[in-house]
Amino acid sequence: MVIKLNPIISTEGLTHVYSEGTPFEHVAIENIDFAAYPGEYLGIIGHTGSGKSTFIQHLNGLLKPTSGVVKLDGEDIHSSKKFTRQVRFQVGLVFQYPEYQLFEETVYKDIAFGPKNMKLSDAEIDKRVRTAAELVGISEDMLEKSPFNLSGGQKRRVAIAGVMAMQPKVLILDEPTAGLDPEGREEIIENINNYRKVTGTTVIMVSHSMEEIAKSVDRLFVFHDGNIDMRGTPSEVFSHSERLEEIGLTVPQVTKVAMRLRQMGLEPPRDIYTTEHLKAALLKLKGGEADA
Amino acid sequence: MSKIIKTENLVYSYQAPEGELPIRVLDGVDIEIESGTFVAVLGHNGSGKSTFAKHLNGILLPEGGTVYIEGMNTQDEKLILEIRRRIGMVFQNPDNQIVSNIVEEDVAFAPENLGYPSDDIRIRVDEALKVVGMYEYRDHAPHLLSGGQKQRIAIAGVLAMAPACVVFDEPTAMLDPKGRADVVNIIHKMRDMGTTVVLITHHMDETIDADRLVVMADGKVIMDGTPAEVFCHVEELRETRLDVPETVDILYELNKEGYDLDLKALSVEECAQEIYNHFN
Amino acid sequence: MLKDITMGQFFPGDSLVHRLDPRTKLIMVILYIAALFTAKSYVSYLVMAAFLIISVRISTIKFKMLFKGLKPLIIVIAFTAILNLFFTTGEHVIFEVWRIKLTWEGVRTAAFMLVRLVMLIMGTFLLTYTTSPISLTDGLERLLNPLKKIKVPVHELAMMMSIAMRFIPTLVEETDKIMSAQKARGADFETGSIFQRAKALLPVMVPLFISAFRRADELAIAMESRCYHGGEGRTRMNVLRMEKRDWITLLVGVLVLALVIVLNILGL
Repeated sequence: MVIKLNPIISTEGLTHVYSEGTPFEHVAIENIDFAAYPGEYLGIIGHTGSGKSTFIQHLNGLLKPTSGVVKLDGEDIHSSKKFTRQVRFQVGLVFQYPEYQLFEETVYKDIAFGPKNMKLSDAEIDKRVRTAAELVGISEDMLEKSPFNLSGGQKRRVAIAGVMAMQPKVLILDEPTAGLDPEGREEIIENINNYRKVTGTTVIMVSHSMEEIAKSVDRLFVFHDGNIDMRGTPSEVFSHSERLEEIGLTVPQVTKVAMRLRQMGLEPPRDIYTTEHLKAALLKLKGGEADA
Repeated sequence: MSKIIKTENLVYSYQAPEGELPIRVLDGVDIEIESGTFVAVLGHNGSGKSTFAKHLNGILLPEGGTVYIEGMNTQDEKLILEIRRRIGMVFQNPDNQIVSNIVEEDVAFAPENLGYPSDDIRIRVDEALKVVGMYEYRDHAPHLLSGGQKQRIAIAGVLAMAPACVVFDEPTAMLDPKGRADVVNIIHKMRDMGTTVVLITHHMDETIDADRLVVMADGKVIMDGTPAEVFCHVEELRETRLDVPETVDILYELNKEGYDLDLKALSVEECAQEIYNHFN
Repeated sequence: MLKDITMGQFFPGDSLVHRLDPRTKLIMVILYIAALFTAKSYVSYLVMAAFLIISVRISTIKFKMLFKGLKPLIIVIAFTAILNLFFTTGEHVIFEVWRIKLTWEGVRTAAFMLVRLVMLIMGTFLLTYTTSPISLTDGLERLLNPLKKIKVPVHELAMMMSIAMRFIPTLVEETDKIMSAQKARGADFETGSIFQRAKALLPVMVPLFISAFRRADELAIAMESRCYHGGEGRTRMNVLRMEKRDWITLLVGVLVLALVIVLNILGL
């Protein structure tokens, strides 16, 4: 029996042209077909100017398509004004460097901003704020502090909690780890993984760090020049490492080592992107010899 | 070789909110940096590495200890311009370093402040822009450029002073991979031209090509050596919440399985060769 | 949206007007405004209009661009014209409703005021359209230099102005970004009363101010690191130099003003 799932969010023929009809006309994305299924964890990679940021701003209706449609649960998100506004809350979007949007006096109030705009009851807002804070590891005693007195990593997590508190069906994060040190990056990735586990929400993460994204996601979309250049599981995408480098994306160092080894004549598989992979592949190549 | 930078028991604390003790960010740092070398400083946020950088050109003055730049004490007010002319600084956010809305005017800012004659400034500006590969953009408005391009302008603005040493304080943290690669290439180029480079970063892969790697944690220098020497200490680094490059990681992991690979094979090429030698 | 404002924009070019020293252009604008406010008759307005048209032609700036620049100011212009229309006292009443009286004198003054304002704005725009902000501040700094003797911080003011101009596009872009981000959290900037809308801007203004302060702080450190220590001993890469064309232009400016004054005396 084949279970046929309906996509939770999808685009058909999505095209966006900036400054149409002026000398500055610029096609940012062209004819994009995309679908995310409930509970999926998706990654979008591409360099600056590949169209990935323009694309995600269509998913929650911040940008209007020049042509094509965006559908949430099968319904065109621009079918009515009321629905478009609903979509803002159902598709949560965390922008790059989200800590620069904090504005309230306390962490609590800032996280509550989204739920408040949803016109929820105070009790519901309170519940959501506390749940979201917990998900990103913001402790109770921090809730009454000013967000501006927190460390950089904490500010970012508060900002992310502010979107999580809207309990969107789809959570999109644009470069959530940009500018953080390795520890801060790891924490954020853990928060997101944890959030997925607890809520089962569909998550779309945009990044230009392959190392980071490849380890977590179910499927990857590679954006290049306003198109989706490749799509598939991380292994499928990484089996085309040469192509990734060709379009200006940096592949993980282990992938480079594996590529070099292949050139030298060893035969590790083509789809390596973590050290664990390479280690396992090398040990397998050697058979049981290492134990001897 | 002469020492361009020398710090002696450098101590610094930030003021904390009232009622709390000041936070000590530098706790006795002794470092000597030789002229013409490329030194990378690695540490996680809060390790004191940026505070250290700001002491090198007298933006911050030590609370205890001394900083000497070519023998000049940074606490001597009369010498501050001389020190800043020798030690250029490039910061994290390219937007917040650019003063003018024309690229070449911005690059001219430092030599103008130093009171050089107009013709001389013109030569310096053109040369600096060529080094960073932005000469064709000299009449552009910086806000229309990409982050990486802006950072290259900021570097040119420092190079126009012809400093003996450039300190980069997390110059790639806000850039995309392409921008990062460009900045790293410029850093290599500068080293080849004989400029001393101090690179403060938390990207391990940028430190691989340094002559020397200093690791900071909790305001102290905890490791100091060539990158290959430092990255061998995988466990120690992980204890201080830092990681090692993937090349070292794979060699280390294989060694756990009973192999005897040399962890000093840092670059992709060396690492692949090392694995090949053992697995072929 | 925010990016479409042409006010204060600079259109690079290589015309005579573009190449003039900014000081010349600044003085010309002052002379031009003085002449506009001296002009009282149709003839003198014709002279001024001719002068403006010729200058615009030489500059190769399109009239369309100048008119586009007027757009955001239409309300101010209309308001001034209407005030003049109804509050000018005069004998020749056209009609009178309740306390409102419309006179021929009012129509005449309003028409003159309208023409004067439009020409004034177009003239000043011609200056900003043809002069890069940096050379404009440079020119201003040099012109005001004598004021340093009476302790006016001329260099500091000019530096502030040029930094402000450098950061306007950055802050505009940032405002756009913050607005989008708050919209993504359901902020609504488009509906509600004026009061509600003003309140809705708080989540944009607070982060914008905080970021502006942070930028200012970082910029100050970056400037100090590049040996900035005030205007003392500072030299410039591009030095302003008055050429023959500048002196001739200034002479023309003085002549136009003189002509308008003479026309006034003659009562033409």
